[in-house]
Order: sequence, then C-alpha cells, then structure tokens
Amino acid sequence: MLHDRDRIFRNIYGLHDVSLKGAMSRGVWDGTKFFIDKGHDYIIDEVKKSGLRGRGGAGFPTGLKWSFMPKADARPSYLVINADESEPGSCKDREILRHDAHLMIEGALLASFAMRAHTCYVYVRGEYIREREALQRAIDEAYDAKLIGKNNVHGWDFDIFVHHGAGAYICGEETAMLESLEGKKGQPRLKPPFPANVGLYGAPTTINNVESIAVAGEILRRGSAWFAALGKPNNTGTKLFQISGHVERPCVVEEEMGIPLKELIDKHCGGIRGGWDNLLAVIPGGSSVRCITAEQAEAVTMDFDALGKLGSGLGTAAVIVMDKSTDIIGAIRRIAYFYKHESCGQCTPCREGTGWMWRVLERMERGEAEKREIDLLFDVTKQVEGHTICALGDAAAWPVQGLINNFRSVIEARIDDYQAKHSRMAAE
Amino acid sequence: MGVRRLNPVQPAQFAFTPENLAWASEVIAKYPEGKQASAIIPLLWRAQEQAGGWLPEPAIRLVCDMLGMAHIRGLEVATFYTMFQLSPVGTKLHVQVCGTTPCMLRGSRDLIAVCKNRIDEHSHTLNADGTASWEEVECIGVCANAPVVQVGKDTFEDLTPEQLNKIIDGFLAGKQPKAGSQIGRVASCPVSGPTTLTDPTLYDGSTIGAWKKRFEETSGAPDMANETSPATPGAAAGKPPPVHPAALTAMANAGLVKELEERSGGKALSAGELDKIKADMIRDRAIAGAAASQSVEPELLKTPRDGKADDLTLISGITADLRDKLGAMGIWHFDQIAKWTPQNIAWFEVQFDGFMGRVTRDKWIEQAQKLASGSRPESKAGKRPKG
Repeated sequence: MLHDRDRIFRNIYGLHDVSLKGAMSRGVWDGTKFFIDKGHDYIIDEVKKSGLRGRGGAGFPTGLKWSFMPKADARPSYLVINADESEPGSCKDREILRHDAHLMIEGALLASFAMRAHTCYVYVRGEYIREREALQRAIDEAYDAKLIGKNNVHGWDFDIFVHHGAGAYICGEETAMLESLEGKKGQPRLKPPFPANVGLYGAPTTINNVESIAVAGEILRRGSAWFAALGKPNNTGTKLFQISGHVERPCVVEEEMGIPLKELIDKHCGGIRGGWDNLLAVIPGGSSVRCITAEQAEAVTMDFDALGKLGSGLGTAAVIVMDKSTDIIGAIRRIAYFYKHESCGQCTPCREGTGWMWRVLERMERGEAEKREIDLLFDVTKQVEGHTICALGDAAAWPVQGLINNFRSVIEARIDDYQAKHSRMAAE
Repeated sequence: MGVRRLNPVQPAQFAFTPENLAWASEVIAKYPEGKQASAIIPLLWRAQEQAGGWLPEPAIRLVCDMLGMAHIRGLEVATFYTMFQLSPVGTKLHVQVCGTTPCMLRGSRDLIAVCKNRIDEHSHTLNADGTASWEEVECIGVCANAPVVQVGKDTFEDLTPEQLNKIIDGFLAGKQPKAGSQIGRVASCPVSGPTTLTDPTLYDGSTIGAWKKRFEETSGAPDMANETSPATPGAAAGKPPPVHPAALTAMANAGLVKELEERSGGKALSAGELDKIKADMIRDRAIAGAAASQSVEPELLKTPRDGKADDLTLISGITADLRDKLGAMGIWHFDQIAKWTPQNIAWFEVQFDGFMGRVTRDKWIEQAQKLASGSRPESKAGKRPKG
C-alpha cells in the first residue's frame, strides 16, 4: 500500500486547516519560486519524465500536451482548468476544490509559467456552488499573499479566474468548454485546429483536469523519478479513486496507480456489500466505460492499460460497484438516459442514437423486446461510436456494448420471462 | 437533449439591484476587453437567484444588453443549460434529486417517491401553496456520498427517505437544515474513519524543505534563502510597484489608453491604481449597458426649425427612406441625433424594428456631431465625415 508520505492530497477530507497557512504547513507553495527560476522547459521536461497522464479520463500525457503550446506567439496563451466534473461516478475534483485548492492554484501557476500563459480560467461545474466559493477563498488568499497576481513573488504575472457552468455534462469536453467559456452553448468544435493552436478567444490554450494540475507542484518537489517509480510503467504515480455503489463504505481515496481493484475495495471500502461472491459487475472508470464482470474485477489492476485490455478503461477512476441485487439492464438504461439527456444535439448519430438506445433499453428492462433487437441495438451503438464530433457518442455507446457483451443472457432471460407472462396468442 | 421552453407567463421587466450590478461589473472584468459575452452564465445565474430561483425572459434580455449580445444568443444559452429554471420553482425549496446510476444504486428512487408524495406527482410542478417543487437531475458529482439531493447551494448526502422528509419539513418551516452528510461522515472519508493520511509527520511541518536535499546532492545547494520562498500570508505588500510596460501595451492593444489617460489625468500609475481605474471603466460600461435597456424618448420636433430640415442622408447608414421615417417621428436635424444618449438609442431601436445596433455600429452620433458643427463631406461618395 502507498505510504502516507507519498500521498499528494494530504487534506482531501478537509480534516485539517484548509487555509493558505494550513496548506503551506503541509508543503504546498514550498520552493515554487525555485522551480520557476529553473525555466519553462525544465518544468515541462520534469512533467514529461514523470509519466503523468491526464486525470480527466482520456489519459493523454500531460507534459506532452504542455509542449504543444507555441513558444513565441503574438496572441496571449491561456490555461483552462477543467473542473466540470460531471462523469457519473466521479467526485474527486470536488474534494480538491474545497479542501486542497492551494495545490491546484500552485500547479496552475507552474503550468501557466511552463506554457508561457499569464491567465488561467477554472471552469467549475454549476452544481458545485460551495466548492466554487471555497476555491475563490483560496485564490483570494493567494492574491493577498502575493503568490499570484501582478508583480507577485514568483516573478511571473499570473491571474486565475473562477468561471462556472450551469449544468451541462458536455462542457467537460474541452472544446465545448471553450465555447461555453466564450458565452455560447456548449457544443464541441471540430478538431483540428486543436486548442493549442486555436483555443479560447482564438488563442493558444491548454485544457487540463484539476487533478493533473494539482499534482504538478509535488512532482517538481519530489522529482519526476519519484512519481515515475510509483505505479506501473506507462501508468505512473498516484491517483484519486472514487468508489461508489454497493460497497460497505464508499469513499474517495488516493492510491497508487495499478493497485488491484480487489485490494482497493477491501482496504478502503470494507469490501463488497455481502462479500465478493455477491458481486455482479463493476464499472471501473465512470459511466462511459464498458462494465466488467465480477470475475474480471477480482483480478484486474486499476490502470489505463490493464483496463484497456479488458475493453474497458480507467477513465476518471470512478468505480461504480454493483452487487447481485442490481438490475443491470436498469442500471445501464439509466446511464443511457443520462447520455440522451446530455447530448448537445449537434451531431445526428448522437442526438438521435442516444434517445433510440435509451428507448430500446427501457423496453428491454421490462423484457418487452425481441431477441433479434439485441443485435440490432449493438449495431446501432456501432453506428453512433466514432461517428460524432466529440467522444460523447462513444461514451453513450460503450456502456450499452458492455451490457450486451457481458450480460446478454440476462437480457434474453428477461425477454423469455416477459413472453411467458404475456404468452402470445397463436397467429390468428 | 430535451425541449425547454420559456414560461408562458412572464413578468413585465427585470432590473438588477445596485449590489448585483456592481458585482456584475467585477465579473465582466475577468474577461478580456471585447469578450464580455463570456460573463453570460454567471450573470444569468445571478439574475436567477435575484428573481427567486427561476430565470424570467426580461432578465435574459437585460443580460444580453449588458453584454452587447443579440437576444437570441442569450436565449440559446438559457435553454441549453439545464440549471437555468425557465419556470417558477417553489418559494421555500426546489429539491434536485440525483437519479443517475451511482445514486440509483443506493436508493435515489425512494427519494423521488418522497418528493412525489410530499410535493407533487410531477417534477417541475409547484405544490398546492407554491412553496415547493422538485426535479430529477443528472449526476450532481457527489457519488461517493450517494444518494444525494441538492437544495439551493447545498447538497444533502448519504440520505434515507426519512431524512429527506425531515429536510423537506425543515425548509418548509423556513429553516436551513444542516447540509452535507446526514450520517455524520466527514466529506467523502470512509464512514468508519480515514484509512489513509494517518501519519502525523505530514502535518507537523517536517515535510517543508525536504525536497531541497535532492538538489544539494546533485548540484550544490540551491539558492533557497528565505527571500525566495513565498511571502507569509498577510505580510505587508509594501509600496506598489509602477505599471509594468507590458500592461500598458496590453491596454494600448485593447484601445483603452486614451480613456485611461483621461481618467488618470496623465500621471504615472501604480499597479493598484491602474487596476482600480480599469475596474471603474468596466463598471461604467456595464452600467451604461444596463441603462441602455431602459429607453428614453429624445427631443422631437413637430416640424423642422425654420421649416428647413438637414439632409440626414449625409450620415452614412441613413437612407432616404429612413430619413423620411425619422422626419415623421420628429427628427429633422443633425444636432438632434448628436445629443442622443444610450437611452435615446434604445428608444430608436424600439421604434425602428430591425435597426438594432446600427446607430453605434455606424457611429451616427459622431457623424452627426461633425455634421452639426458645419463640416461637410467632400463628395457624396465619401459621405462619412473623416474621423
């Protein structure tokens, strides 16, 4: 198990002083100036060498993303921090914003400096009102202490502003976030051009998840080698895991990447409700990844590659556990409804497909369907997946595919039951 | 996506309170010059708070006017984002029950049953005395504390139907029930207490500076005397440094230097003074924008003075047709237009449908001022007075 000394988020539960003074006593803002004096490239290099992969779901290498920003450009550069945590199952950024915000603010300064940006916007989801207030308090403290702002002690002018949404999952998609930040509907943009070339207000922009930014300071202090030594190759460092659903004690906890799922749940959550024999399925990375079976869950490790091999994904490391009392069709049907609700309506396959998949699942939940419709449904998911501007189409298709791949027999049994109950009259 | 429509019954008008207006100017100041449209979500949100939890249509128009946006853009935003309530909600509480899978697995359907039982069978519907309403929302992002409801700014976590009943009772009695976990959990910590972060040396300050050792081993001690470490919170900031030249360049790029010089009286500014003036400038713009939304009739004349009207078509943007219409309304002379205030422009835009923004875009007032002072274009082709 990860040693407490190697945990980055030391106040994730808010058990200690959340103020700047408290954060500094835990080592935040310690030596920030020293690393800034080492220069832009040093910081990007260290983050590259640490192997940090973006914590927002896609797992793109963070240092590499930073290096895409132009080194000399007449336009201003922007950092946008994605705090639009909306993926069902995810609730980690919330804890960072309200309890460990100074880690994120420090990381924002370091990242902005590395990318030669002077302005950062934090896009907080609309529902996180108290979190937004807590973040603003932390930012105000940092301004007052001259850690950030114009003519701050670090010698790099830096402004950070809190912005917020108003309840649209799609705004977590990076280009939709930029649209929203510009005061429009959150509808994703076509890429290319990528935000590093044409982003916010047409200027070079990098969008990073809260957690990716918040670990930057500690990576520099402890060194890229320290971070890279944790976890597994290509899946390095620590990660905030969020376990919800049918475990004894749901929680958010920081652990090493690549921890076995079984160890994670047994150590921190007191095991599965009713024991491991009672486990039905696990959605390991937030609602948009394919679910895995109980058998797979007992053996899998929590990292991008191991979960990817199972056709699932680490996503935001939001583990949704379902025991045998769960109606798996109903659970996935609710996820399908979520995507139907959150589709921005821009691309036809997603706008129409999400509603179509949800309606079919509504019937399948009752058993009111034909068995051939299972294949038809699978075929429709394939027509949505990969045929849209952004990944919401994929995210809507994958849970349904996971259901059909792993629990086809459950759907068939439901259909049989229904037909037995409503035994149809012979053809007249 | 779903279909979201404005409420059929709308108040006649909406105006921000002076406090909210001042707050709005601060928000607008967060975004670069000319990008004030970025502030639309925060401003609509504040309007919704002021209007009692829902967003009336006149408020959408007002915010658009403050931000220089077409009304349709504001309507798009208001209907796209589901936290904008387009019809009235309960005066004492509006319960948002998270119904997405993580909450569903831990019993959110029972919470919805409570809402149906206590408030109304249908979501987005007021109860009998209008004090309460509810809706099922998509994931609120508090999954490790499921099931959860949100009322106003607060979340109520780890709920049972009984506790939700009590919370509804509390709000209906005009109280503010205690937010957060309802089973005494600390945030998203395991209910039995933390399984991590129990090492006391993390919190005694002994970790500070430990990182320096790594650099001492490799390349000698880093230059880490106290002066380079961050200032202690609350330390005196000292004398404000003068304006950074880069800041002046940025202002010049934004076309603000002239206005800045006027306001500063031409003297050198400290960063603090500069920021204050910038904030003032932005606030004034916001107030002017808000004022513009209330139209005032300009000076009108029944007939032209001395029976002789000016040739208003000399103003670029005014056609012969429009000149005749202006005459019919009582506008005959350059000096009449030259005196227009933002409220007068608003009046014009109300009277002449389809000319929204034309006056400012074509700089009628500046043109009229030049023409009123006797200057005339050299030729009909180069009509616009050179500025």
